[in-house]
Amino acid sequence: MAEAGRRRGPTGKPRYSILALARNALSYHENWQAAWRSPEPKPSYDAIVVGGGGHGLATAYYLASVHGIRNVAVLEKGWIGGGNTGRNTTIIRSNYLWDESAAIYEHALKLWEGLSQELNFNLMFSQRGVITLAHSEHELKEMRRRVEAIRLNGIDTEVLSTADVKKLVPIINTDQGIRHPVMGGFIQRRGGTARHDAVAWGYARAADDLGVDIIQNCEVTGFLKDGNGAIEGVETSRGTIRSKRIGCVAAGHSAVLADLAGFKLPIQARPLQALVSEPIKPVIDTVVMSNAVHMYISQSDKGELVLGAGTDSYNSYAQRGSLNIIEHQLAAACELYPIVSRLRVLRTWGGIVDTCPDASPIVSRTPVDGLYFNCGWGTGGFKATPGSGHVFADLMARDRPNPVAAPFTLERFKGGYLIDEHGAAGVAH
Amino acid sequence: MMLIPCPWCGPRDDSEFAYGNQAHIARPSDPASTSDQEWAEYLYFRDNPKGPFAERWMHAAGCRRWFHVVRDTNSHVILQVYKVGEWPDPALGVGPANKES
Repeated sequence: MAEAGRRRGPTGKPRYSILALARNALSYHENWQAAWRSPEPKPSYDAIVVGGGGHGLATAYYLASVHGIRNVAVLEKGWIGGGNTGRNTTIIRSNYLWDESAAIYEHALKLWEGLSQELNFNLMFSQRGVITLAHSEHELKEMRRRVEAIRLNGIDTEVLSTADVKKLVPIINTDQGIRHPVMGGFIQRRGGTARHDAVAWGYARAADDLGVDIIQNCEVTGFLKDGNGAIEGVETSRGTIRSKRIGCVAAGHSAVLADLAGFKLPIQARPLQALVSEPIKPVIDTVVMSNAVHMYISQSDKGELVLGAGTDSYNSYAQRGSLNIIEHQLAAACELYPIVSRLRVLRTWGGIVDTCPDASPIVSRTPVDGLYFNCGWGTGGFKATPGSGHVFADLMARDRPNPVAAPFTLERFKGGYLIDEHGAAGVAH
Repeated sequence: MMLIPCPWCGPRDDSEFAYGNQAHIARPSDPASTSDQEWAEYLYFRDNPKGPFAERWMHAAGCRRWFHVVRDTNSHVILQVYKVGEWPDPALGVGPANKES
């Protein structure tokens, strides 16, 4: 999208550039234009997106930029990017086993590769590589099989020996006598990380520029249906807003919205925790995940080690998990990366993830005409943000799924066409 | 972090327990006449309320017995603990998902 930078929406925002930076430096950076407006909700819209995280904002952006539907509102009950978008460990990759997953995550990765330019917003997208470790002979053999399957889908990935891993990650402990010895792994070099907040802000700014109303502190409390049961609008904490085309992208709260709309989703809300250490000098310039011990590590640009854990086993909406999960995660971290043992934990947090029985998302029509759901991304939704928004906007605009999104229908649970990515995803997500 | 009162062993840290998800789900009694939709609901669709939820727990690092808990999924407050074969307090509004059980 070479013209993206020159687009002029109703707000006519100036571009971010080095000249703009220099110009604003002269006024002590006090005169930057707001990145998006905070409009009052209109009585009706051509389309409404419920949920102002990365996926919802991306949906709104692509509705406006690809499909020309610009009279769109994004309704966010808190502040944009304040849910899982701001709580994940920012890992991006597309090395999934099954063809359906490979297609949707690779679609996302290809969009990531040009996204900072398209949005005119520095997403700090860094293709620093993502390594997944094998801790047993069996895991290594299964990994070889998976790598071949992934390569057949045209996605870059390669098997690593223990020595290869040690070369890429000098701080890793490759002693074969430890509880979970490193026996090799595989890497996707195009994988990496991006700044999660920037993704929400970049999409918000670009969508706003095309006329999308981003309405924060606006919680959906009910759905309006016409005589035939088709969707007509939403009741919100800021009044009734009408639209015949509504997409829900609410992650952990998807089941709550489905309850309001009168149907059930095969989704369970679970806490997923992560933590960061105090900042230190650069020690790791890639991302390393471990399926067997549910622990993954990368280093932020500020120097904090970012460590992700597994989910808690129980249902929760509390945005906090149990301490034993963090103990388990830190035990694995100290064994695999002994230098972290004396670091202090700066903070820990939890987010509520929408887990699906087959660990694959739902991008689908629903039993209610005009109401669409994009949910079930569970523990690994951040990496999919651009692709998810892109295919969901397509579904909402044309009322039929595109080939990439079609397998992720809600109907698959009835038909038995599950896309089982438990473990096959290569991780703990 | 939760303190779960096992009906046999008393209050213990939640790390001692295994989770069994929603309670009172009965297998369809006549498999031959059960539709695909009904099988899908039995296999994959569970309630997921933000509020009181009747669920199963097992004291894995203790007596290893299953029991039921009504817990608020938003506050983690435990509202009722009861044994297998017993039912949730109707006042909590979490009636059995499937009356067959």
